[in-house]
Amino acid sequence: MTSMTMVQALNAGLRRSMENDPRVLLMGEDIGPLGGVFRVTDGLQKDFGEQRVVDTPLAESGIVGTAIGLAMRGYRPVVEIQFDGFVFPAFDQIVTMVAKHHYRSSGVTPMPIVIRIPYGGGIGAVEHHSESPEAYFAHTPGLRVLTPSDAAEAYVTIQQAIASDDPVIYLEPKRRYWDRAEVDDVSPISGGPWSSRVLRTGSDVTLVGYGPMVRTMLESADAASEDGIDCSVIDLRTLSPLDLDPVFDDVRRTGRCVVVHEAPVVLGIGAEVAARVTRECFFHLEAPVERVGGAFIPYPPNRYEKHYLPSVDRIMDAVDQVMAT
Amino acid sequence: MTEGVVQLLTPEGEFRPHPDYPLEPDTDLLRALYRDIVLTRRNDVESTALQRTGELGLWCPVLGQEGVQVGAGHAMRPDDYGFTTYREVGLFQVRGVDPVELLQLYRGNSHASWDVDRVGLGLFTIVIGSHALHSVGYAMGIQRDGAAQAVLSCFGDGATSTGDVHEAMVFAATFAAPVVFLVQNNQWAISVPVSRQAHAPLSQRAAGYGIPSLRIDGNDVFAGLAVTRAALDYAREGAGPTFIEAMTYRRGAHTTSDDPTRYRAETEVEQWAALDPLDRLVRYMESVGALDEDFVAVVQAEADAMGERIRDAIRGMPDPEPMGMFDDVYAEPHPQVEADRRAFADYLQAGSA
Repeated sequence: MTSMTMVQALNAGLRRSMENDPRVLLMGEDIGPLGGVFRVTDGLQKDFGEQRVVDTPLAESGIVGTAIGLAMRGYRPVVEIQFDGFVFPAFDQIVTMVAKHHYRSSGVTPMPIVIRIPYGGGIGAVEHHSESPEAYFAHTPGLRVLTPSDAAEAYVTIQQAIASDDPVIYLEPKRRYWDRAEVDDVSPISGGPWSSRVLRTGSDVTLVGYGPMVRTMLESADAASEDGIDCSVIDLRTLSPLDLDPVFDDVRRTGRCVVVHEAPVVLGIGAEVAARVTRECFFHLEAPVERVGGAFIPYPPNRYEKHYLPSVDRIMDAVDQVMAT
Repeated sequence: MTEGVVQLLTPEGEFRPHPDYPLEPDTDLLRALYRDIVLTRRNDVESTALQRTGELGLWCPVLGQEGVQVGAGHAMRPDDYGFTTYREVGLFQVRGVDPVELLQLYRGNSHASWDVDRVGLGLFTIVIGSHALHSVGYAMGIQRDGAAQAVLSCFGDGATSTGDVHEAMVFAATFAAPVVFLVQNNQWAISVPVSRQAHAPLSQRAAGYGIPSLRIDGNDVFAGLAVTRAALDYAREGAGPTFIEAMTYRRGAHTTSDDPTRYRAETEVEQWAALDPLDRLVRYMESVGALDEDFVAVVQAEADAMGERIRDAIRGMPDPEPMGMFDDVYAEPHPQVEADRRAFADYLQAGSA
């Protein structure tokens, strides 16, 4: 076990993938000598060379579009989009080609591309640097969507994403980049990342979330326990496919469910979770499923973000709401 | 043709060898070019007829552009790779795409259907210009493999307005990717003339990227062959990309859903018909005795047989099995697709019970 930040864990995971498979190459803006604006690729160009760690021109559609061509040639590109708000120039290539090409080629040509995107708010950044675009991607057949919640998860799931023959949108919760965890960087990786994780089992309320909200949910569960409310916490980890069976099992026990994400609540991942929990757990529910997330506004200037982002206090409000009914 | 346009075969059928783009049109080559243009044209006629009789949802006519397409197809080596638009019927013919495979797409049975590895052509993209980037990425893969191969990237004048084509130029120049951009300037992007895309010759744009460029007569199959071959050689040698603007004309509609009489004059179409790529090849072949009646009859019979085969295959083509729409969404099993597949199978089962 090694103590690492999420940035260090991602760096170690990328390094391991590149050592294991010469077809893996990294592409993105400022990922070479600089090591990326968050230093996730620190030192990799020095060790693997410019042919495998490619500092690209400043053009997101170009990065993803050329990654597609490299994938057609048999490579496994790992693309870094510098910030969430910069993925949209590449949205056409992602939705029309990366997501669909295996299907439109009748299964002949896979698209083993990983698109890493630092996402979410909470770091006091300027406009276009704090967004949560996960629902667009999870709504698109052909893509897989993963989001790690801590360093140990990041180390393993980035390697699993790279090993997948399907394209993976890999959403990195940038406000957790500097959180430390004990990372098992010795044991061989087994199994897949396509399941949710039950982090805590309680008897009263099931808290469901992912990425940056996992830590906030755990803090909320601690706060709730001081009020005598016993919460489960489930990290979805994979947003496509969604693995909701553990959620259903838990809600059938607790009868109450609160879904949390930074993205706007309306038509977000929480809407899908709530609809399916309602269908699968209908006769066990003590209260309607509550959702905690962003208002239906663009991500606000950062002096507002402590109000915009789901906090322990707002999650506790929702917990009180489902407990009161 | 205007000044500065490379032409090796005049509309009158006169061969003018070019010092920079050598070509020795022996009888075998001439006959191969003739055959490919005739078969391309026949495919176009048959497919249009199948659309008109309701067997296909759509067809994109190629009439007028076969010269540069067939020439460029012959310029490619077997292990070169191409990325095209939907209108590259001449290139499909040269590279061996079975017309019946292609037409499955226009019938609505499949999104795409040919064996990309066998013919060395990627599936075309319908979102204009996006494949220019795939071409460059593929070429970057060739570089990393250290292979002596090159990529031909075909798109039209309309595509040159897209951001993706611009980004493709930037990436290609930056990495000296072994790719040849072949722009067929057919004068029209559906109803919009090229003057709406550019105020200067498209070929001039390449200079801004540091990419060598030139204009060729796109109705001249010799120029299409000799110039594209030189550019592919240049790319294979590691010298980087080239930008070729082929001046040609789409004499038919944009697609079978289009009505070109609403936006252009018939006299313009007639002017370009006088520059037809097949007519000039025939004139040259007759002048050198390379086109005898027997050969013409053989190609005609081959075209007739192809037409009959296309008609029979398309008219008799059954709709795909409904469950097939769930196949190949992912390379590895995805629980949501599998759940939807099971639900739909149950629905079908219940309906048939």
